[in-house]
Amino acid sequence: MFLEFLSYAFLRRALLSGLLISISAALVGSSLVLKRYAMIGDGLSHVGFAALAIAMIFSWSPLLVALPIVILAAFLLLRISENNPLRGDAAVAMISSAAMAISILLISVTKGMNTDVFSFMFGSILSLSDSDMILSVVLSVVVVLFYLISYNKIFAVTFDEVFAESSGISSNFWNSVLAVLAAVTIVLGMRMMGALLISSLIIFPPITAMRLFGSFKQVSIVSVLVSVATFLIGIFSSYALNLPTGPAIVIANILFFLFFSFLRQLRRRKKVTVGGQE
Amino acid sequence: MIEKTPDRILIELKDIAFAYDGRPVTPSMNFSIRKGEYVSILGENGSGKTTLLKGLLQMKEPYQGRIIFDAEMEKQNIGYLPQQSGLQKDFPASVTEIVSSGRLNRHKIFAFYSSEDRQAVQETLRRLDIEDLADRSFRNLSGGQQQRVLLARALLASDGVLLLDEPTAGLDPIASHDFYDLIRSLNREGETIIMVSHDIHCVMHDATHALHLGKDYYFYGPKEEYLDSVMAASFLHRAEDK
Repeated sequence: MFLEFLSYAFLRRALLSGLLISISAALVGSSLVLKRYAMIGDGLSHVGFAALAIAMIFSWSPLLVALPIVILAAFLLLRISENNPLRGDAAVAMISSAAMAISILLISVTKGMNTDVFSFMFGSILSLSDSDMILSVVLSVVVVLFYLISYNKIFAVTFDEVFAESSGISSNFWNSVLAVLAAVTIVLGMRMMGALLISSLIIFPPITAMRLFGSFKQVSIVSVLVSVATFLIGIFSSYALNLPTGPAIVIANILFFLFFSFLRQLRRRKKVTVGGQE
Repeated sequence: MIEKTPDRILIELKDIAFAYDGRPVTPSMNFSIRKGEYVSILGENGSGKTTLLKGLLQMKEPYQGRIIFDAEMEKQNIGYLPQQSGLQKDFPASVTEIVSSGRLNRHKIFAFYSSEDRQAVQETLRRLDIEDLADRSFRNLSGGQQQRVLLARALLASDGVLLLDEPTAGLDPIASHDFYDLIRSLNREGETIIMVSHDIHCVMHDATHALHLGKDYYFYGPKEEYLDSVMAASFLHRAEDK
C-alpha cells in the first residue's frame, strides 16, 4: 500500500512538504509554547485566513499574499502581548475574531462559500500545486536551518529574556525573529491543516514532549519526532480510510498526548527518577 | 581594623539618576564600587533598586549622568541574576543547558559552544558544588537549587562582578541562609557582589558597603558608617516591626 501511495504525484508532494512543515512547526512551537505565546499562533491563523480570502477574491497566489500579511500581524500581536501582559490574550482574541468576521463577510459578498473556502478552513494538503510545494519546501527548510543556527540564542531568549538581554542578546530582535518564523510556519501549515486546525500543529507536539522530557534539547527533538509521526499517521489513515487529513493529524496528536500523559502518571507512581530526564 | 590600599575602581557613577516616563525615580547619585566589595542595596519598594541594576547592565538608559567602567572590564561580562518571574519554574531545560547560556555573551554572531565553553561550565558547576545536578531538569529542582543554578549562569557570564536582584525571594530560611553563605564565600574568593535584598540582617552581616535608596536621598558608604546613620536606624527599626 505504501508503494501505491507513493505512486501518486500529488501524494508525494503532500508527503514531502507536510514532513518539512511538521518539523518546522514542532521547533518553532516549542519556543512559542514556552514563552506563553501559544495564543498568538492561534490568532495568526485567523489573520492568515483573512489573507487567503483576499487572495482568493482577486485570484492572487494564496501563499504570497498571506506571508507578508501574517508576518506583519505577528509583529503586531507580539507588541500587544508584550506591552499588555494582562489584556494581551483578549487583544489577540479580538484580532482573531475580527479577521475571521471580515474574511467571511468578504467571501460571502463576492464569491460565496465554495470549496476553496472550505479548504482554507480545514486544509487541503492533497491539492498542493507544484509551485506551492516548492515554496513550502524552500521556506520550511529555511525556517529549520535558521532555527538550528540560532538554537542557543533562541533557547536563552525563551528561558530568560532579562538575562539574555544582560548578555547583549536583544530580546526584541529575537522575539521578532521568532514572530517571523511562526508566521511563515503558520501560513505554510494552513495549506495542510486549515486555519482552524493549524495551531494544533504548533502546540500539541511540544506539549506532548514536555510530558516526559525535561531538557530543551530533548523537548525539541521529541516534539519533532511526535510531529513527524502524527503527520505520517494522519496522512496514511486519511488515504486508507478516506478521512480528511487535517483532523486525522489532530486526532493522532491527541492520542500521542494521552499516551505520553499516561506514561508520565506511570512514572510518577513508580517514582522513578531517571538522571537525564527528570 | 587594618588599613590597606584601596582596590581598583570597577564602576563609577557620576550624577547618575534614572527615570520612568520622564519622571526621575532615583536621586542623583555619585559613588564608586571597587573590586572585591560586597554592596548591599536597600530601600523601599519602588525606590529604583532594580532600575539601578538594569542601568549598571546598560539595559536602561540613565536620565542623567554617566557610568564609567574600568577599562579592563567588559560591560557585557557582568553576571546578572534577575528577579525571578516564576515563568521558568516549570521550564523543561537541563541545568547544563541553562548554565551554558552564561557563555553566550562571549559569542557575537554564531552561538555554538566550544569545548572551552563546556569546560568552563563544568568548572563553574564544580565551584558551586552542583556538579551532580548537571543533567537534571531545572523544573524538578528545589527553589534553593534553582537559584544556585542561576547563580552559576551569572558567575559564568561574569569577569568578576555579580549583580543579584533579590536572590532569596521565595526561598525558605534554610535555603536563604545557604545561599548567603555561598555569596559570602564567592566574595572572599574575590568576586565583587552588588545585591538587592530585603533580608537586611543577613545582608548587613556579610556586606562591606551599603547603598540605601530613598525617594530624594541616598546613602552610600561602608557598612559600619551606614549602621550608625539615621537612615539605617529608621529602616532597620521598621524592618524589625514587620
